[in-house]
Amino acid sequence: MREIIYAQAIKEAMCEEMRNDPDIILMGEDVGLYGGSFEVSAGMLEEFGKKRVRDTPISEAAIAGCAVGAAVTGLRPIIEIMFSDFITIALDQIVNQAAKMRYMFGGKAKVPMVMRTPAGSGTGAAAQHSQSLEAWLCHIPGLKVVVPSTPYDAKGLLKAAIRDDNPVCFFEQKLLYRKKGMVPEGEYIVPLGKADIKKEGKDISIITYGRMIPTCLKAAQDLEKEGISVEVVDIRTLLPMDKETVIQSVQKTGRVLIVHEAVQTGGFGGEIAAVIADSDAFFYLDAPIKRLCGLDVPIPYSPELEKNVVPTEPEIKAALKRLLI
Amino acid sequence: MGKIDIPKGKLEEIYYKMLLTRLFEKKLEYFFSAGMLHGTTHLYIGEEATAIGVCCALDKDDQITSTHRGHGHCIGKGADVKLMMAEMFGKQTGYCKGKGGSMHIADLEIGNLGGNGIVGGGIPIAVGAALTTQYKELDRVVVCFFGDGATNQGSFHESLNLASIWKLPVIFICENNLYGMSIPIENHMNIKDIAQRAKSYGIPGKIVDGNNVFEVYNTVLEAKSYVKQNGPILIESKTYRISGHSKSDANVYRTKEEIEQWKKKDPIKFMKKKLLEQKIFTQEQLETIEKQAAQEIEVSVEFANNSPYPPLDAITDDVYA
Ligand SMILES: Cc1ncc(C[n+]2csc(CCOP(=O)(O)OP(=O)(O)O)c2C)c(N)n1
Repeated sequence: MREIIYAQAIKEAMCEEMRNDPDIILMGEDVGLYGGSFEVSAGMLEEFGKKRVRDTPISEAAIAGCAVGAAVTGLRPIIEIMFSDFITIALDQIVNQAAKMRYMFGGKAKVPMVMRTPAGSGTGAAAQHSQSLEAWLCHIPGLKVVVPSTPYDAKGLLKAAIRDDNPVCFFEQKLLYRKKGMVPEGEYIVPLGKADIKKEGKDISIITYGRMIPTCLKAAQDLEKEGISVEVVDIRTLLPMDKETVIQSVQKTGRVLIVHEAVQTGGFGGEIAAVIADSDAFFYLDAPIKRLCGLDVPIPYSPELEKNVVPTEPEIKAALKRLLI
Repeated sequence: MGKIDIPKGKLEEIYYKMLLTRLFEKKLEYFFSAGMLHGTTHLYIGEEATAIGVCCALDKDDQITSTHRGHGHCIGKGADVKLMMAEMFGKQTGYCKGKGGSMHIADLEIGNLGGNGIVGGGIPIAVGAALTTQYKELDRVVVCFFGDGATNQGSFHESLNLASIWKLPVIFICENNLYGMSIPIENHMNIKDIAQRAKSYGIPGKIVDGNNVFEVYNTVLEAKSYVKQNGPILIESKTYRISGHSKSDANVYRTKEEIEQWKKKDPIKFMKKKLLEQKIFTQEQLETIEKQAAQEIEVSVEFANNSPYPPLDAITDDVYA
């Protein structure tokens, strides 16, 4: 194990898988010489050459559709959509084609592709380069949706995603790209569909994912000093969701705060809340299920506004305390 | 080049606005390098003759859609640089009340329908604006700016086709600066001239030297009357982006020599040279204009510095009308 940054962990996952399987290719805008907008694929062109690391024109619909066509005929494409905001242009191919082919064709096709895309606010890039749109894709049976929160998870989950025979949407967290964490050099997999308890606790559960993990962990550590024991559950794979782990955590603590950066209305937090309310965990609740999410607005540019549009550490602490009263 | 036949007042406006654009961005470049600005920006240094040549040929009522690289379009259309600078600083007094930043400056009153963070996003919007124009029988045109890279988006092709069959008064201006981010044009399309793409949609495709503001201006002036009568036209303006793609760009995809070559074709220097050669302005007169532009930029910085940030409770304003 050694410490590497999240971006590096993603690259390692791609490189290791590409070394083992000649059918894997990477396609996207500026992924070659430029190394990707966030330098995730820096150096991959040199190692794998132009045949496998393919710069594309600015044509998200064609990139996605080309991946679908290649996947259904025997390649295992990874595509990078430069900012997750631009998946809008790729979505017909992802939603109407990739996600549905297997089912529509009576189980006769498989579409092993990964759409990697950087998501989230905090970089001053404003409304069209800062969204968290993962919940949209969770509404589409046939897709898998992953949002890794640590370098370790990013590498292990991406390797699992690449090996998966289904279309996987992999939302990388821009603000985590430069964050370090321990990552094994060798082979390991983090299975899709399994949540992870990032911190054990007994008084209250936070259910969250992605960039909010470090913020929630800090809040939890602070409250620890005040004698409050917070459990932090990282959903990691939103679709299919690991309901068991969530339900068990809530049954243990009896209180739950759901946190995400994406806007609240129609966000994945609503689904998590519904899963809890629908389960036996409901009978263990000592307080209402609470959500703390992004405000229902586009992401503003001005730095203070931008910071305050998503849940902050003080807000998380305050929300936890209110639930414990 | 023949004799410049553009009125003197117009030439002064063009020269001034090109300088204003250059100086505005030089300031931004400095502020970014000093870590004083948030986010990113896409500079237009080297391409000024296109935006300013085009916009100065327009009337106030004419409309434009812009791009991620839109400072020149804004200034060309008559934006107040004070409000642009304030927006860059995320201030309440900025064009977007601090909510938009560099890529989203809009001024609907002077016909600037806004910058765009989505490559190709503005192209169909221009078609829609032209539909309003045609529907309401207004005497104006819409100019749609986009880059060479954007012409590989479906939105480009769909929009040209739609504008063509409906004969909408749009001037499509492709700013061909030879690169889409790091990808040279020869790697992202198999044709030499983007103007060729007009053919597929049955509309005229023209090429102009995008560093020659006189040529750009005259071409757009002509195009204006053409599109009002006949429907859209595509103009490819051949130019070059001297600055990096955005704030973070190590320029690994091109050579220093290439950049130096293009610096020699600086559109502002070219204009100045021609104006002096043809004795339309004296050196002193041009220097006065240069000083005025520099002064206006200083005022804009002061204005931005002295402006307040938006209050936190403004976060939820303006989501709905
Ligand atoms: C839909 C979409 N895809 C990708 C990007 C990222 N991006 C921003 S500018 C740019 C290059 C655009 O090239 P071009 O259209 O030629 O304009 P230029 O930057 O050269 O002015 C890219 C790829 C984006 N903003 N939107």
